Amino acid sequence: MTDEQGTSGAVLVVGGGISGLTAALETAEVGNDVFLIEKNATFGGRVAQLNEYFPKMCPPSCGLEINFKRIRDNRRIRTYSMTTVKAVTGGPGNYEVTLETAPRYVNSNCTACGDCAAACTDEIDNDFNFGMNKSKAAYLPHEMAFPRRYVIDKNALSTAGAEAVKAACKYNAVDLDMQVVTCTINVSSIIWATGWVPYDATKMENLNFGKSQSIVTNMMMERMAAPSGPTGGKILRPGDNKEIESIAFVQCAGSRDENHLEYCSHVCCMATFKHMTYVREQYPDAKIYVFYIDLRTPGKYEKFRAVRMADKNATFIKGKVADITVNTDGSVTVIAENALTAEKISQKVDMAVLATGMQPSFSLQAPPADLQMDANGFVISEPDKAMISAGCAKKAADVVTCTQSSTAAALKAIQVSRR
Amino acid sequence: MDKNYCAYICAGCGIGDALDLEALSEVVTGEMSMDCKVHDCLCGAEGRAFIEADVKEGVNTVVVGACSPRVMANEFDFGKDKITVRANLREQVIWTEVKPAEGEEPHAEAAEFLAEAAADYMRMACTRAQKTELAEPYQLEVTNKIILVMGGGLAGLTAAKESAAAGYDVILVEKEDNLGGKALGWRKSFPTKAPWTDLEENPIQALVAEVVNNSRITVKTATEVARITGSPGDFGISFKAAGTKTEWDAPAKVTVDEQDLINKGEKEDPNEGLQKYTEINSEATKVGSVVLATGWKPADVSEYEHLGHGKLTNVVTNAEFEKISKLGKVPATVAFVQSPGGKDNDNDFPYCNSVTSMVALKQAQYVCEDNVDGRAFILYQHMRTPGSMELFYKNTQNNDGIFLTKGCVTQVEENGGGLRVAVEDTLLGEDITIDVDMVVLAAGMEPVTLHENSINLAYRQGPAFNDLDLFDGYADSHFICFPYETRRTGVYACGGVRKAETMEEAVDDATGAALKAIQCIESADRGVSVHPRSGDATYPEFFMQRCTQCKRCTEECPFGALDDDDNGTPLPNPTRCRRCGTCMGACPERIIGFKDYNIDLIGSMVKAVEVPEDDDDRLRIVVFVCENDAYPAIDMAGMKRLGLSHMVRFIPVRCLGSVNMAWIRDALSAGMDGAMLLGCTYGDDYQCHFVKGSEIANKRMENIGDTLSTLGLEPERCVANQIAITDYDKIPKIINDFVDEIVEMGPNPFKGF
Repeated sequence: MTDEQGTSGAVLVVGGGISGLTAALETAEVGNDVFLIEKNATFGGRVAQLNEYFPKMCPPSCGLEINFKRIRDNRRIRTYSMTTVKAVTGGPGNYEVTLETAPRYVNSNCTACGDCAAACTDEIDNDFNFGMNKSKAAYLPHEMAFPRRYVIDKNALSTAGAEAVKAACKYNAVDLDMQVVTCTINVSSIIWATGWVPYDATKMENLNFGKSQSIVTNMMMERMAAPSGPTGGKILRPGDNKEIESIAFVQCAGSRDENHLEYCSHVCCMATFKHMTYVREQYPDAKIYVFYIDLRTPGKYEKFRAVRMADKNATFIKGKVADITVNTDGSVTVIAENALTAEKISQKVDMAVLATGMQPSFSLQAPPADLQMDANGFVISEPDKAMISAGCAKKAADVVTCTQSSTAAALKAIQVSRR
Repeated sequence: MDKNYCAYICAGCGIGDALDLEALSEVVTGEMSMDCKVHDCLCGAEGRAFIEADVKEGVNTVVVGACSPRVMANEFDFGKDKITVRANLREQVIWTEVKPAEGEEPHAEAAEFLAEAAADYMRMACTRAQKTELAEPYQLEVTNKIILVMGGGLAGLTAAKESAAAGYDVILVEKEDNLGGKALGWRKSFPTKAPWTDLEENPIQALVAEVVNNSRITVKTATEVARITGSPGDFGISFKAAGTKTEWDAPAKVTVDEQDLINKGEKEDPNEGLQKYTEINSEATKVGSVVLATGWKPADVSEYEHLGHGKLTNVVTNAEFEKISKLGKVPATVAFVQSPGGKDNDNDFPYCNSVTSMVALKQAQYVCEDNVDGRAFILYQHMRTPGSMELFYKNTQNNDGIFLTKGCVTQVEENGGGLRVAVEDTLLGEDITIDVDMVVLAAGMEPVTLHENSINLAYRQGPAFNDLDLFDGYADSHFICFPYETRRTGVYACGGVRKAETMEEAVDDATGAALKAIQCIESADRGVSVHPRSGDATYPEFFMQRCTQCKRCTEECPFGALDDDDNGTPLPNPTRCRRCGTCMGACPERIIGFKDYNIDLIGSMVKAVEVPEDDDDRLRIVVFVCENDAYPAIDMAGMKRLGLSHMVRFIPVRCLGSVNMAWIRDALSAGMDGAMLLGCTYGDDYQCHFVKGSEIANKRMENIGDTLSTLGLEPERCVANQIAITDYDKIPKIINDFVDEIVEMGPNPFKGF
């Protein structure tokens, strides 16, 4: 292998979602060393929660599998799960970064046999499924989890549960005394691919999320449609498991709104058209109502929209939803004004889906380094400082834009050690 | 290398409980003549030390019977000069055992069935270990590291600059006399930074100056690429003066049948006067990889007759309006029409993406800047301002001179000296007419690849990218996860030729394409594959003496990696190759193979499966499984403890395209009762990582049915199925239903012969 280009400049990639994975792999496959860290117990980020991607309606785990394989096959990438940045000192070309790894309570002896989960008597809300079901307190986050190693929520373990889990493991992998570990690494540049969180739907009081289980978010729809999700892939109204006869999609739930997220979250229109597909596959006759401001399905996505707008049982209403009210029979009523006819609409439906937008992670939690951010918490890329942003940490974007921008971020990171 | 083998079987994760490992070891030592050791937990520190001690003593080829090869990869990696082969006893044997239904007794021979499966997987793994050789990377004599950037517009300039900043020399070729491309004509640019409200100075002149002054970048203006020969790390570029024809222009693709007609004088040779595609131009310039940034053309919108472009003088496209605005003052009242469909449809003009929404917002501002009482009307169906560009939209709405409404524009006609625009279904709740000085139509950005080859490769499969109609003519990737994938290794598209993009997007896109161009060069230099088998150091080797020049490999390679000589003998280009093995699957003479994956290796694995005679409970069905998606899905079926028939044996393959029908014939002539291919979806939304592999395999399977019929076997004994990686819940039905069908048909009549 040639190294005359000085390809030894190591790069830290913060965030192991599709953007961080892409940035890390594209960098390492040029020949640079990469540290890839992820705060959760498994890599894959938000896309791992998606059932299918638009517009191909293909499973995200297909691309993740290839990326995990690329990581396994590449000796230049070191991965750290449950790890965050604590501090950054130094400057471009020579950053010293302190990493902190939270205790997993399962050590590297774990074979992922699953005996601990089988024996565990304690349950926790399943965050991966947005709390729509429970998982054991000793669990594998999901079946595609990489690394394939269990994790224990120690706080949720009862004394008996802790004993059961420890006793069940034949490989001495359960270590409930595990402590936080810190380490320092030296890198020439840092790529911030810290992603996004779904906008907190309870903040829109008029939409009454949380007041009725019939009001769900678009990300919850993804889990409901997933074979690995809480309902085994069946879209049912949470709470009473009612089959869906009518459903409303509420676009721009929090996005394009001065009181919430002033920007457009980019993906929600296409996500709703995708969700219409999920619904239609399971309920050929269900009535679908979509309340929107603009339908942002540009370019090649227009064909995807056209097919779904031709659906005879789908109604599109240009108008921002003013209120959702909760009815005693479990249904909800969506209230809006049709912007074209000025007519006031009250539509009763079995279930309402809020197309909540994406909020950059660092808008909720201050970054652990001196990063320049815009008013909405997106990280402004500063290649001169070797602080480079990628994916949804940089701007609200769909997956293909994120993987593209992460590839570009890889080059900006590599350039630092070649100046 | 001289191989020194040892097999290890893990007793952990329930394997030791479900199987008699002593008996299983005896299969390995007895039949496979290989040492075999059992350990309670091979992946643990002790287990690894157990193996490593032997490795120190000289074992260099390790067979591990334990969990899936998809897990514990690092734990069982004993170094680059060692071979490790895994037998998937956990996920695909003990975890997929069919459990009796509640209240039912297990099958009397359930334990034997499981033991037989485990033994077969150990036999196959040992066989694979015996047949696997260490990879010897293909090394070019010289890896050329110069990057060729085609197109001197914003994207090309950026790709050149960014490649140079990473230490690479660049040749930038532009067919016009000046660098800068279409952006030279833009008056202002969209906002690219917070607060995302204000138009910015056009950055193109500064960028041109930066590129011209960069010592790493050689600029060739008024120049075109006549043809590209060779392969990554060793491309040969023939340049020519723009607009001229030369003997080195890229020849058009001529099929075998067409060549026959040409030879008979019944068809004109489209390549008359051109050098053959295999000819080497001694004056060609060597480069390592190519960035294609040849851009876009404004779409012709005269077909929308009700809008009057080409008929009415003051109806212009957005590109024409921009030029007017750059040269001087724009008219005082202007209507911007975003959607051509009248009341019929609410799509934007074709080839717009979200760019034209933002162009209208920008150009409306010119109207107010240039005219004290300027008034701009933006008539849209859907404003498309994704992400933070929403703030640009919002700011424009605050401009008193700019009026925006949703509406269907049904007619533009002359009205005195001006134009009258009829709009229906507006937000005002009524039909309106607007009198303006000028109408601007939001015409789209057609990629140059819609109309011409652009890339001019002198390849056996022709000069252009294939199947771009899937992307409306853009040189785009089909893969959401892998946006720079093209079917021509070492050529990466960016900017307007890949997608209708804003300048900000084009800059980012060009930077990504430059990374891929660099990465391809470095991979070629290391002798390894690029995506999706990144880092793979094997490559297909051809035993040419037995080649019959059937050309199937050259025709079927999804990446055009194979050229051929006058006789039709393939001329491999290993650095173009993605290592899918489609050529190996295609070859009827079975002369193509990789060091660790070849006809003999998989064929021997098939033959290693024990096929019992006269036992209807022990039919044998081989399933060739795509390792990218179907194999993980079977693993997940195991994790979910979904039962799969004990009669099937899974063999992972690089891609279904690599499955040679000889394996299926071998399986059936060895007495196996059925064969299945399990791989990715094909068709317009294909999921095959090698684009065509799954589709080609399905075609081959249609043909093998005929072969089976002539042998007196039911064609239904061989099937192909498509699944997605998430379809693990469907696998039991697919597998078990097929087994039931085979059981119904009865055993293979050739069994025992």
